[in-house]
Amino acid sequence: MKLKLTTLALGALMAAGPAMADLVFPSLSYRTGPYAANGIPFADGYADYFTLLNERDGGIGGVKAKVIECETGYNTEKGVECYESTKGEGSLLYQPLSTGITYQLIPKVTADGIPMHSMGYGRTSAKNGSVFNYIFNYPANYWDGASVAIKYLLSENGDSLEGKKIALVYHNSAYGKEPIRTLEELAKKHGYELILLPVDHPGQEQKSQWLQVRRDRPDYVIMWGWGVMNSVAIQEAVNIRFPMDHFIGIWWSGSENDVIPAGEGADGYKALTFHNVGSDYPLFGDLKTYVLDAGKAAGAGDQVGTALYNRGLYAAMLAAEAAKTAQELSGTKDITPAQMRDGMEALEITEAKMAELGLPNFGPEFKVSCENHGGDGLGAIVQWDAKAKQWNMITDYISPDEDVLQPLIAEDSEAYAKENNITPGCN
Amino acid sequence: MPDQLLFAMEVTLNGLMAGVLYALVALGFVLIFKASGIFNYAQGVMALFAAATLVGIMEGQVPFSHLINAIFGGEVTHFGWHVPALAAIVLTVLVMVLLAWLVQKLVMQHLVNQEPIILFMATIGLAYFLEGVSDLMWGSEIKTLNVGLPQGLNETIDQITYDAFGYGFFIDNLDIVATVIAGLLVVALMLFSQYTKQGRALRAVADDHQAALSVGISLNFIWVLVWSLAGFVALVAGIMWGAKSGVQFSLSLIALKALPVLMLGGFTSIPGAIVGGLIIGVGEKLFEFLLGPALGGATENWFAYVLALLFLVFRPQGLFGEKIIERV
Repeated sequence: MKLKLTTLALGALMAAGPAMADLVFPSLSYRTGPYAANGIPFADGYADYFTLLNERDGGIGGVKAKVIECETGYNTEKGVECYESTKGEGSLLYQPLSTGITYQLIPKVTADGIPMHSMGYGRTSAKNGSVFNYIFNYPANYWDGASVAIKYLLSENGDSLEGKKIALVYHNSAYGKEPIRTLEELAKKHGYELILLPVDHPGQEQKSQWLQVRRDRPDYVIMWGWGVMNSVAIQEAVNIRFPMDHFIGIWWSGSENDVIPAGEGADGYKALTFHNVGSDYPLFGDLKTYVLDAGKAAGAGDQVGTALYNRGLYAAMLAAEAAKTAQELSGTKDITPAQMRDGMEALEITEAKMAELGLPNFGPEFKVSCENHGGDGLGAIVQWDAKAKQWNMITDYISPDEDVLQPLIAEDSEAYAKENNITPGCN
Repeated sequence: MPDQLLFAMEVTLNGLMAGVLYALVALGFVLIFKASGIFNYAQGVMALFAAATLVGIMEGQVPFSHLINAIFGGEVTHFGWHVPALAAIVLTVLVMVLLAWLVQKLVMQHLVNQEPIILFMATIGLAYFLEGVSDLMWGSEIKTLNVGLPQGLNETIDQITYDAFGYGFFIDNLDIVATVIAGLLVVALMLFSQYTKQGRALRAVADDHQAALSVGISLNFIWVLVWSLAGFVALVAGIMWGAKSGVQFSLSLIALKALPVLMLGGFTSIPGAIVGGLIIGVGEKLFEFLLGPALGGATENWFAYVLALLFLVFRPQGLFGEKIIERV
């Protein structure tokens, strides 16, 4: 009896002592539905990076990372349900991988004090951290993407787009419409004509749009697509013999899934990116040893090194680095969502840090601050090599035209602040 | 000839071709509805399943490989052989026949004489089940479907129209192939239903279940037959659409394109599906060409339904549908 009581007392003491909870990173993934082919590699990359940290380093600062997956099917209502069902789990950071879900979660995460990272998607003006305290969209946003595409085209045309025609083929949704204002402003500045060609969801039938491209003969086509819309657009462009090297997709129109169905015809197609391509980095060796070969990969392991797997991995890396920063700032390993937010706001990514992580030259350097939750907006161009079935980065990182973008961001974020009675400010 | 007129002619031709592709999907719905009164919600998913099965067989993919690997370990994904397209199509047809038999045996047989809405609900369940099975069996990654169909600009039409009008029309070779195949399919289906014993039995069941049963026609056999035919049509539609976009989940959404065609052409008429498809195809493309720019574009999806609704108001049974007269 005495022994039992002692054991119970010891057990109670141990339970009452300080115990490290896991660092929880929910993954609002979509492994089913029309966009599953894109959602799967991203979710795999995101989960595998945290698994690597757990297996190789014992977690982040000695605390294990825990990824809770919730299936959204890229459906906004389900995304909100996922948020509601996981926010009580000690969730530190949300990455919904959907502009629609991001828009719905902005007021919710702000009220609940949980940061959200919409990397390369979501509400562009969230870059203004003095209004959107809990929303981050570093290292680049849609308006950066539009500006980088135009700057690249300027560089291809002797710094002048005067008299050129540029068509925007876009998903007829909040996501697809994001770059229109920026491209219109840039058209005023650079003198090109902008032709708008919306495509309805899901984008399986685009004959009208591409017949118009054939009739109007734009010099360049920029695409803001997602899912099946991308592959159909590329196939239609091949069909009408539009020159592939004059066709540039946003980073969400630049995965292997988009180009492979068009076969050899897609050779030369270009896309934007905010991180590098392939798997020729030291970190991928560790990934093989600790995750893939150990049978701990989130998926089948066949997506490693693809554009969207790398993006998921990059998103996880940025989340882990922000968590490390938060641990350093707060002096505690067991961080809260508020401390995670502070960590994100103080995040600085340098080439030295990337090299140390085993990802040299994988992404741009940038620094986050209260006024700037979006980083420097650097983007580069990748081009598809159909024979080798691989993307090649063909430019250095290009900075966006902040003279045009900053006033737009200020205007949109101030309007949001007014609508929602937010007093902008940085502590 | 004014440029706008030439462009309108080109759009009309492309609309006709797109309409044929819509009609291919609608045909599957018509076949099942005509014979059994079931609106088969799973028709779009059947196209996805058929196309994914075809690619899987062609590439020697091991079905359920993810599941097998997860349970037993290992990294089995492919058998290591490639099956020629024609043989793979035949094998896929057999899989679709097996699917038809399973649907009949496990679902429909137990729901004979139930209300149409119950049968419709069953097909909704079937659609989601089949979607999951398709993912589990062949994976959800986008697959390239290459059965050797030509794609891209038809040079001959381009040249002829250029010589005649000074502007070469764009017609996709794949659309021409789809038109020929759809034509052959309709003729084959009509010959089958007119001149074969099974076809006549199918028509008898379509006219009156009870009377057909009383003369010894097996309802089970006819339903397996009709689901098999719908599976075959789904395979043809899956090949045509899959060649355009790759085989991926979105193939199942092509059913949305068939609904206005059915509303317009009628749920019980094979020629109705074809004519309905052509009217929807031309109507939506011309509307987009003429008024799309003024309305902000992307009008095709909703205009197809508006067009179908307009027909519905004046002819509720559709252009070729059977007029239902109920006496009280």
